[in-house]
Parts: sequence; structure tokens; C-alpha cells
Amino acid sequence: MSSLDELEQQALQAVAEARNSSMLEDVRVRYLGKKGLLTQRLKQLGALPAGERPAAGQEINRIKQLLQRDIEMRAGVLQAAALHEQLSRETIDVTLPGRGHTQGGFHPVTQTLRRIEQLFRPLGFTVEEGPEIEDDHHNFGALNIPDHHPARAMHDTFYFDAHTLLRTHTSPVQVRVMEQRQPPLRVIAPGRVYRCDSDLTHTPMFHQVEGLLVDEQVSFANLKGLIDEFLRAFFEREDLAVRFRPSYFPFTEPSAEVDIQCVMCAGDGCRVCGQSGWLEVLGCGMVHPKVFEQVGIDNERYTGFAFGMGVERLAMLRYGVNDLRLFFENDMNFLTQFN
Amino acid sequence: MKFSEQWLREWVDPPVSTVELVEQLTMAGLEVDSVEPAAAGLGDVLVGEVVSIEAHPDADKLRVCRVAVGEGQFLQVVCGAPNVTVGGKYPLAPVGASLPGNLTIRKSKLRGIESHGMLCSAIELALGDDHTGLMTLPEDAPAGQSLQTLLGLDDTIIEIDLTPNRGDCLGIEGIAREVGTLLRCPVTPVAIQPVVAGIDDTFAITVQNPQACPQYLGRVIRGVDVNTQTPLWMKERLRRSGLRSLGIIVDVTNYLLLELGQPMHAFDLARLSGGVVVRYASEGEQLTLLDERVISLDGQTLVIADHEKPLAIAGVMGGIHSGVQEDTIDVFLECAFFPPEVIAGRARTYGMQTDSAFRFERGVDPGLQHRAIERATALLLEIAGGEAGPVTTVTAAKYLPNSVPVRLRKERIEKLLGMLPGADEVTDILTRLGMTVTEQDTGWQVQSPTYRFDISIEADLIEEIGRVYGYNRLPSVILQGALDVQPLVEGNNSIEDLCNTLVYRGYQEAVTYSFIDPDLQARVNPGKTPVPLANPISSEMAEMRTSLWPGLLAVVQYNLNRQKSRLRFFEYGLRFYSQDNEIHQDMMLAGVVTGSRLPEHWDTHSAPVDFFDMKGDLEALLALTGNAGEFSFVSAEHPALHPGQSAELRRGKRSVGWAGCIHPLLASHLDLNPDTYVFELEYDALESGRLARFQPISRFPSIRRDLAVVVDAGLPVADLQVAVKQAAGDLLQELLIFDVYRGKGIETGRKSIAFGLILQDYSRTLTEQDIEGVVAQVTDQLGKEFGATLRD
Repeated sequence: MSSLDELEQQALQAVAEARNSSMLEDVRVRYLGKKGLLTQRLKQLGALPAGERPAAGQEINRIKQLLQRDIEMRAGVLQAAALHEQLSRETIDVTLPGRGHTQGGFHPVTQTLRRIEQLFRPLGFTVEEGPEIEDDHHNFGALNIPDHHPARAMHDTFYFDAHTLLRTHTSPVQVRVMEQRQPPLRVIAPGRVYRCDSDLTHTPMFHQVEGLLVDEQVSFANLKGLIDEFLRAFFEREDLAVRFRPSYFPFTEPSAEVDIQCVMCAGDGCRVCGQSGWLEVLGCGMVHPKVFEQVGIDNERYTGFAFGMGVERLAMLRYGVNDLRLFFENDMNFLTQFN
Repeated sequence: MKFSEQWLREWVDPPVSTVELVEQLTMAGLEVDSVEPAAAGLGDVLVGEVVSIEAHPDADKLRVCRVAVGEGQFLQVVCGAPNVTVGGKYPLAPVGASLPGNLTIRKSKLRGIESHGMLCSAIELALGDDHTGLMTLPEDAPAGQSLQTLLGLDDTIIEIDLTPNRGDCLGIEGIAREVGTLLRCPVTPVAIQPVVAGIDDTFAITVQNPQACPQYLGRVIRGVDVNTQTPLWMKERLRRSGLRSLGIIVDVTNYLLLELGQPMHAFDLARLSGGVVVRYASEGEQLTLLDERVISLDGQTLVIADHEKPLAIAGVMGGIHSGVQEDTIDVFLECAFFPPEVIAGRARTYGMQTDSAFRFERGVDPGLQHRAIERATALLLEIAGGEAGPVTTVTAAKYLPNSVPVRLRKERIEKLLGMLPGADEVTDILTRLGMTVTEQDTGWQVQSPTYRFDISIEADLIEEIGRVYGYNRLPSVILQGALDVQPLVEGNNSIEDLCNTLVYRGYQEAVTYSFIDPDLQARVNPGKTPVPLANPISSEMAEMRTSLWPGLLAVVQYNLNRQKSRLRFFEYGLRFYSQDNEIHQDMMLAGVVTGSRLPEHWDTHSAPVDFFDMKGDLEALLALTGNAGEFSFVSAEHPALHPGQSAELRRGKRSVGWAGCIHPLLASHLDLNPDTYVFELEYDALESGRLARFQPISRFPSIRRDLAVVVDAGLPVADLQVAVKQAAGDLLQELLIFDVYRGKGIETGRKSIAFGLILQDYSRTLTEQDIEGVVAQVTDQLGKEFGATLRD
């Protein structure tokens, strides 16, 4: 039988040589297990003369504790090494592309419509819709555009029959709203409109947003205030110059066209604004008394204003799109630019 | 309305530049469309007087002219024009002069003879379209004078885009009045003296419909030299307004149209029979117009006729047979007032637009006819000679527009404009506009002049005040108002909510035209009656879409042709169809998917999309309703879809949409990938949602038991699901289908379906006995109902 010293040396060496946790466990069992070499020595103490037992017991226990500590330390080292090995084995190239669907996106016209809605909704405007196949009463007559009125010639109208047509503007929605509800009214009406016209700067279908506000104390000054604020917010330009020019729409009076300082050249004059420095973006005015009469709203008590804007035009200016027709080609290379 | 600035400045000459003038007009609602120089680059062209002409020795058609250019200078010019004569004065472009069209005159030899310049025709100077000979200059034009000075070419052509209410500004006089008002300066109208009749001749006028023609003036002028050259100054003014010179008589009437805004017409008296009759045409009467078109008149068309035949469409266009011709000696000059509603739409009915109709449709000053006929007569006699008879006037005063005084209240101005200009300013503005203003308690009584026929109500006056005061001087005031809380139905889905889900799932929104190709429509969706347009813009856009599919398929095609293969699009919008004589317009949400299931990836090989990829997207939409259980996909056939891969979507019993693989024949017709899947849903079926309602959560464990049964291959799994749920009862929390298998080990004509049943109770832990009971009930039921056997 080897001496305790030899056993100690062997055990410590075995611990040091354990290359993994299972080898280390083997060492532990070999020396410290129930039948382990050191455990056996403890059991054999009784065979020693009584006088030697304490010293021998102490020595065995010392070695046992030493070995236990050494094993623990070795286990720690091995675990750390194993973990390190595992982690480096599991290392991936995080720069490779991820997996799964890409997101789609909304059409720039829809994004512009939503932006306009988002700006008006907090002001108490609700969003209304109307039919696109309209009757001539709602599209023209109720808006003070009788048969053969020159203003009808300005709308190149698509007809189905003498009295049924594709709406040429979103203004019929204001008539429908006023027919159904009593003031105060605050609505906007976005949607498709149609004109029989197709060239570089016209498509036979485009989008408008109509706005209508009717209340007891509403003036042209309020219309100006609202449009000024809206346009500055829409273009995110606090210093945007806005001007109102007298114009004519049969369903508003006074009527105005609204120009903004050209957002392309900051008013210096460029191709987009035809060198004028101004861009026409919107038409508006105070609701014409004849329109109120048609829908039975008291002209003396109420006043109101309406405005209408072309969505593609605003989208073109906002995103710098230079060709109207792109909106309806639906080329992925175009659409995904707005995602 | 296009006009010469010089002409305008003869009437009103404000001390402002062209730029300022144009700005003022635009900001007063007379939007200036363009400002152009009257002539481009004619600065080098001179008046040349031909003093001698010799034949060219080597060319029959060329002649060698000696041309005086002032200060004793002479140039030798070779000229081929037929009308060159000794003593004639013509525009001369000397060597070095540049002409329109980037032409520079060089010293040259023509068939061996030196030429030191070019004598010019009107077309070469862009001063007209006459190319038959040299442009003839007045006899008194000094040789050597610059053409620019002679013709007053140092002028600007201004074009105003007039709104339909401002018919009064369709003449220089009207624009001059407007400028005078805006810039506070005096207007000098052209002096018009009645022409004293030199002869007694008249021609009978009968107005059968005085309501349609409240005023008709006519006058005989005899002995006019219709071949008199129109003076250059008049030609130039016409040209600068965009009108061609068409002979002295027409030029004078056109001049009046531009000067005063009064359309006029001259007939060849010798070609009229009996007298003039203003009446409605009888249906089908024929008339050959000045442009040589023969038209068949309808009964709503007012005509000027003689005792035999219609001569002209009143206020629109004359006929060719009664018009002034080269042999005309005596003319009958007409000047009338027709109310806008009589003329409106007539020109369009016959497919034309004329300057006359354009003015009458917008309104002509009913107070203008006497001045206009006198002015035209005076000009004619002065230029082309002849003698005038007295003016015959037929007026039905009661049908002439009657300008009624309009009450204008201070309170109303303030209410509409949001501010009240001082009383003096209001009076001043209205007075400058030519209105007669009387002060009253609460405001004013205002009478507008006959030319402001657009003013009839208080709001018209308030607009004028705002316009002249200046819109940009009016206040801009932030809106105030009641803040009402708007109703908001929780659980409902807006179209935006549904679209958001599709966008998260990789769909790109498309916007396509609502009118489409009828052929494609018939192929894709023959089941609905389309609504055709009466006047489509092209045959490919002739019908309103009954489905959003044709548009989306075209978008796919477009992008496939541009090297894109994995595509997912959606669109929302109305579809239109006709049923029982009623047009239906329904909001639809449609989509199309093709290409690989996932974007190409370095690690994952992705198969092409199939029906179930799209169905997953639809289930995500249905889940938004909170009532997915109410919807079912039922195998059904659609002409556009693969008969074995198409489903009708139902909510309860109502059909609310379709989904499927497009039919292989349609795919090949459109050059599409056969793995192209489409869906279309009626939005209103998805709109109403469900408010969430809390259910208690069980504290006891759930247990899963798997079960595979073999059934007929044609049996829809949905039927099995219903039976399983029924048989399993309340303990069943969730039912999964985790495998569908056909092939080895399963009889031909049968398939194996593997279910996962997740069972749970609210009050206790389930025992093995409970579970076996449920499984037994399920297998019994499936056996009885479908002949299902347990898979070994």
C-alpha cells in the first residue's frame, strides 16, 4: 500500500490532469467516493493502534479537504473552459440577413391622404365618403352648376347616361353630408375623382380631399387661418409663404385659389412653378348661399367654408415626384421608395 | 383673353411696370397665364422701299430690287415674291439681321447676283400666316424706320385665364375698367359717336322669340369695298389677341369682339331674302357653317334666318352662304344680346367652340349693343368706305336682364369676411367698381352697372369688397368651435386596420384605374354585369371594374416584365356592377400573391407560394373581426380561378368574397406565373368586429391527446373539425390539425388526418378516464358520420 503522501500526490496530479468534468468526477469517485481510496483509508483507521489514529485521521481529512477544494477549483476551470468552447462553437455571423417576410407598404397617395386626415381629425373633422358614380344633381346642380353652365365645360366629365356620371370632384360629398346632417358640421371627404383628360400632367383618375365646415360663427378669416396652418403643418415649414387669390367656383363665394411659395426653389422660380415662385395647391371659399338653399340650411344663421385639394399634386410636391403618371403604373421600384 | 398691353394702356395707363400690372391682375382674380413679347427678335428689320426692279438674267422667277433704306442708302436685294412692285414698302432684313427661327441673314449670291438682305413675308417674321407674298407696309411708312417702331412691336402680349363669372372682362374695355378700379387711375374709353345715316335703306327684322333675343340691332351698309386691306395696326391688334386677319369686314367685327367684348356678325345683303327672322330652328333644318360643315339643327337652337332659310346659329357661328364674300358690296351688320342660358351648350352640341359663343355663354353687357354697332360702322366706313343706313332696333325691354338693387349689410360683411373695412372704404370700392351706392341704416343699397351682370346677391358684393380690398389684407384667424367627442365603435375595423395587417404581412399597396378593358373584364369576372362609360377615354378603359382583380393582375404583369418575381399587392376601392337597373358600388379589398413564399434567403430554400399562404393572410384579416368562427371557406368554382383551388368565403350564409389560384388558362393568357393567387373581399363583411369579453382562465392543467383517422380523400377537413368539436364537447379547448397524409400505408382514395385535441376543465384535473371517454366519443362519431377508421 502506498503512503498517504504518495496518495496525495497521485490524487492531486489526477485532478490536474482531468481534462473534462467527467474525468474529474472519475477522480472524485476514485479518491473520495464511498469506496474511494481516501475513504478506504478512513475506514481502515480502526486497524491502527489507538495512539496513531488521531494523527492519521487528521492527515487523511486534511488530504480529503485539500482534494475536495482542488476538485472544486478544477471543476470551475473546466466549466469555464467548456462554456467558452461551447460559445465559440455557437458563434454565428450576425451580419448575415435575417429570415422571414419583408414588410409591404402603402401607396404614396394613401400616405398623403392619411397625413391630411391625421392633420384634420384632431380638429374635430370626421372622414366621410360618397359614391363615385354620381348623379348630375349632386355633382353639379346642387353645387350651383346648372345645365350648360360654363363651369361644366371645365370639368371634362365621364358620363354613363344623361344624368349619371363619374364624380368630377369630391364636392358632391359635402352636399350629401348637408342633406343628411344639421350644422355644426366639420367633415373631410377623401376619394377618387375622374376627368376625361389624359396627358403629361393629367390622368383620367386622381384623388381629392374635400373639406367642409359649417357653423354659426365662421368667416373667410377662419378659412384663411385653417388653410395657412394646415399647409404649414403639411409641408412641415413654419415659414411657408401662403397667398390667397380671388377665383371662382359656382359653389363658393367669396372663392379663392391658394398658392404656396414653391417648395422646390423656395420661391426663386423654377420649372415646377413655371418660374413664378408660386404653386397653386388648393381651391376654397365660403359656401354659396344657393348651395345652402338647396340643402335647407339657414343662410342667415349659418356660414361655412369648403376647400378641395388634389392629393397627387401634394404628394408630388412633398416627395419630389416629377411625373404624375408614375402613381398609376405601380412599379415596385417606385412604390417601395415610400415604404 | 389675350391682348396687347399697348392697346390696354391706350385705355388706362397706370404708372406701374408690366410685372406690377400683371401681379395686380392676378391678385384680383384675373389670373395671368402668360406674358410674352409681341414679336421676337425683329429689332434689325427695317422698312424698305423698292425703288426699281430689274429681271434677273438667269432666273425667271427672281427679280433684282434696289431698295431704299433711308438716309440716301440703297441695297440690292434679290427677291422671288410675286407681289413686289416699284414704290412698294416691305420689311427688309439687312445682312446680319436675325429672324425668328434662328435665321441669320447673310450676304449671298443668288444665281450669280449679289443680294444684301431679304424682303420678308409676314410668316417669315412670325407676324402672321401669309406666305403668298411680301408683307405690305403702309405707303406713308418712312423708309429706313425700324419695323419695331412702325408696328409698335415693343409690346407685350398678356393672356388672362378668366373665370366663367367674368364675362365682362372678355374685352379690352372690361379689363381697362378692372385695372382702373384696382390701380385707381382714370379710364379713357374710345370715343363713339353715332354714325349719321347717309342712306335710308333698312332691312326688316322680326324677332319671333323675344325672350331668347331681347335685343337685336341691324344696319344696312352699302358700297363697302370688301377687298380693302385691313390696316396694319388693326391686323397687329388682332394678331396679338390670337386672331387671324380674314378680310376687312370680319376683321372689324372681330376687333369689336376684342375691344368691347361684343360679338357681331355681317351678312352679305344680296344673299338675304325678305328680312331677318330670329327664331328657333325646326328640327332637322340644315345649315352649312362658315367652316363648311353641314349640320342638322335641333329645335333648341336659336337661329338667325331670312324668310327662306337659316343663316346662322345665333351667337355661335354664321353660315357660309350668307357671309361676306369677295364680291360683296352691301352688308347687313348685326349686333344682338342673347341671354347666356339661350346660347350655353349650343356650340358644344355641334362639337365646336367659338369666340362668340364663349362670350354669350358667360354673358355680354346688355347695355353694349348700340355703342358697338356705331363703333363698328364708323370703323368700316372709315377704312372700307360705303354708306350706312339707320340702325333698326328690336328690343323687348322686359326680357333684358334687370339689374336690381342689392342690399348690403355691414353685419353680413363682417360675418362673411371676418372683418369690416371702414364705411368709406366700402363705398369707395363699390363706387370704383362702377356701382351706384346709397347708404342705409345697416349698410348700403347697391345698384350694379349693366356689365356686372354677375352681381345679383349680397354675397356677390361681399366677394367684390374682399377681392378689391385684397384677400391677403384680410385677417387670418384660428378657428374656434365646440369640441364634440366623436363616437368610436371599439372592435370595428376600418379599412386602414385591414390594410395595415396586409402591409405587415408583406403586401404592397397598388392604386389602379377604376375603368378597365372590357375584354379582360369578361375573361376575369363574367358573372357581374358591368357599367360601361358612354364616353370612355380609350377602349382599354371603357368599363367600370366589377372586380379589382384585372387591375391587380395587370400590375403583376407590369412588374414581372421588370424583373420582379416575388410580388404581393393589395388594393382597396369600389367595384361597380349593375343589377336590376341599379348600380351597385361596393368597397372591396383585394390582393394578389405570386413568387416564392419567403424572400430568397442564404439559409432557407423557399417553395413557391400556395393557396394556404394566402389563406393564412386572409385568416389574419378575419381574426381582426374577433368573429373568425363565423367565416367559412367553401370549395366553389369561379371563372377566373382554378376549379380545384378556389374557395368562396362566407360569413354565415352570405357570400363575402373569393380566394384561389388563378385559372391556368388565364395565367397563360396574361403571361403570368401559374402560381398566382388572388383574393377579393367585401369590406363591409369585415367591418363589424366584436368587443372583447373576458372568460375565466382554468387553473388546472391541460392535456393533449393526438388522434389519426383515415377518411375518404374528398372529405373536407372542415367537416371533420365540426364533428370533432361537437363530439368532444366542452372539455375541448383547442383542436389542431398537424398532419394530412396520403400514400404508402393508406388505401387509395383515402387520406389520414391527424388531430391534436387539447383538453382542459375549469374545475378539476382531468383523469385518464375522462380523456379516454372524449377520444372514444370522437372516434365513434367520426366512424358513424364519415366512415373514419383509426390509423394503425
